[in-house]
Amino acid sequence: MDFKKTKGLTDAPLHYCPGCTHGIIHRLVAESLEELGVLDRTVGVASVGCSVFTYNYFNCDMVQAAHGRAPAVATGIKRARPDDIVFTYQGDGDLAAIGTAETVHSAARNENITIIFVNNAIYGMTGGQMAPTTLPNQITQTSPYGRDVTVVGYPVKVCEMLSQVDGASYVERVAVNNVKNIMKAKKAIKKAFQNQIEGKGFSLIEVLSTCPTNWGKSPADAIKWLDENMATYYPLGVYKDKEATKND
Amino acid sequence: MAKVTFNEDRCKGCGLCVTACPKKIVQLSNRMNSKGYHPAEITNQEACIGCASCAIMCPDTVITVQMK
Amino acid sequence: MAEKILMKGNEALAEAAITAGCRHYFGYPITPQTEVAAYMAKRMPKIGGTFLQAESEVAAINMVLGAAAAGVRSMTSSSSPGISLKSEGISYMAGCEVPALIVNVERGGPGLGGIQPSQSDYFQATKGGGHGDYHLIVLAPASVQEMYSLTIKGFELADNYRVPTMILTDGTIGQMMEPVSLDAVEVKQFDKPWAACGQRGRDHRNIINSLSLSPEELEQWNLNRYARYKVIEEKEQMYEEYMMDDAEICIVAFGIAARVSKNAIVEARKKGLKVGMIRPITLWPFPTKALKAAAEKCKAFISVELSMGQMIDDVKLAIDCKKPVYLCNRTGGVIVSSNEVVAKIEEVSKM
Repeated sequence: MDFKKTKGLTDAPLHYCPGCTHGIIHRLVAESLEELGVLDRTVGVASVGCSVFTYNYFNCDMVQAAHGRAPAVATGIKRARPDDIVFTYQGDGDLAAIGTAETVHSAARNENITIIFVNNAIYGMTGGQMAPTTLPNQITQTSPYGRDVTVVGYPVKVCEMLSQVDGASYVERVAVNNVKNIMKAKKAIKKAFQNQIEGKGFSLIEVLSTCPTNWGKSPADAIKWLDENMATYYPLGVYKDKEATKND
Repeated sequence: MAKVTFNEDRCKGCGLCVTACPKKIVQLSNRMNSKGYHPAEITNQEACIGCASCAIMCPDTVITVQMK
Repeated sequence: MAEKILMKGNEALAEAAITAGCRHYFGYPITPQTEVAAYMAKRMPKIGGTFLQAESEVAAINMVLGAAAAGVRSMTSSSSPGISLKSEGISYMAGCEVPALIVNVERGGPGLGGIQPSQSDYFQATKGGGHGDYHLIVLAPASVQEMYSLTIKGFELADNYRVPTMILTDGTIGQMMEPVSLDAVEVKQFDKPWAACGQRGRDHRNIINSLSLSPEELEQWNLNRYARYKVIEEKEQMYEEYMMDDAEICIVAFGIAARVSKNAIVEARKKGLKVGMIRPITLWPFPTKALKAAAEKCKAFISVELSMGQMIDDVKLAIDCKKPVYLCNRTGGVIVSSNEVVAKIEEVSKM
């Protein structure tokens, strides 16, 4: 197959660490927007965390939001410009800790936006602190003896949670740890944007991603760790698809 | 017949393409690029089946695959 | 003569926003600004607009940021504790230069405070409120008519300078009913070529952002914005002078405190006391020019406020402390009475 860089990405070199799979997810989002022919009317919302600089990478209009507030900012943009395609790109700290309310309520409203949620089980930008999605016993800078669930509680399973929200239209968890999963992730992300184009409402794609630097692993070992640890705690699959349920 | 090219100066030498290649014909070179990384390279162009697995796995869109 | 109708302050404000072309209101319930939201909830669906009750004040202000970043006139309203929550978003809006209207119908504080009228958010409104180097344009209506006219003016100022603008009012002005003329004023609209609303053939991407990791660049952004603030300070100071021609004592008061002070001035004049008032209509920019001029002829100033004394600092700064400035105040939701102001005028006149 032919493969060349999508026009959905700018020429700016990504700032991510070697082997960080953020770059793959960027590409999947950008390719989807290009293939659907909507780049020219898309507004992306950057969040706070490693993905804070996404406004440099996605080749469309961008707004930089405060930590956790991207779904609220996206709501404002979408309500102001219903013909625009509006998406947020958020990490786990942003979406599942400080921005939990904005996430849940934009789902409850079935806001016609697309959320790309990158779950790498750690705060990357600030240097590897415990995230809401850090696994039990996982060692981070702020859980140096491993995440003790009796003290700090359990990880938040975002897709499972949102599957119980009536408003949410489409919620799927994917991973980018191998070629097959990346193809599946692409399909899910493209569908999430297609849904928005068709006015179907709130779509969220959770993408399990690596953080080799803060996990203290080589890129190849990080891929393996994702497969063996994250994908078992956070099972991949479709958690909600109103359209599919309708056809049952 | 496929042709794989690497935008070497954008490569961070993470090696994910190396593990993704089913033909085991991608490796990190001994050279250093302008960023100080060992960029990925293809060792046997003729053996490439053009599956683009390396490109799909690459986080930095360094790789272009052209079918001839 | 234009026909006048009886309206509540909060409702006049809401109607003015609609007249100004605002079709996107995002809010969260809090007393005593509820009428603004209720009015918008009724009106917006009928005129193709958006009324959205958000999950929090924090979400509401960020929805305003989003809509305004996309280039439309957008607003929110709240009361003191809610404005504290919105301050994060307001700082971001100031930083990324997104213009919108924020209404604070003040109540007593700090903390949960009370629900009675207050002016104790003066510092928060005029000195920034959130983090970083920034100002809001702050307008202080003193009547229901001004709730109408200054709301329209607020949208115009915000768009013209790309500075978020605040209407700082209180429960009394918000809740009182007065006759208002809803004249079809000419509302200025502004092109927004900077808006992030999809490129649609535009040859560059628009990015709305307040982040820079280069200190030199961030400094330059701040310098550029402050250059604009300087223009605003030069061109946009608004105030009302009341009986200042022969005044020896100058009261400085805004909003409801100015209304009380007007009565007090009438009473004091009956006692032969030469007192007048400068009523700031813009709290930022503060009407320093008018106060400086007053300092040339008045012997003393009295700052009448519903706070522990906040605006008094700006009065002193405006006149370079050339004349004594006294404070006449109540706080916590208690409204200063005309008698208290008259007593203060008498006390100061004997000094």
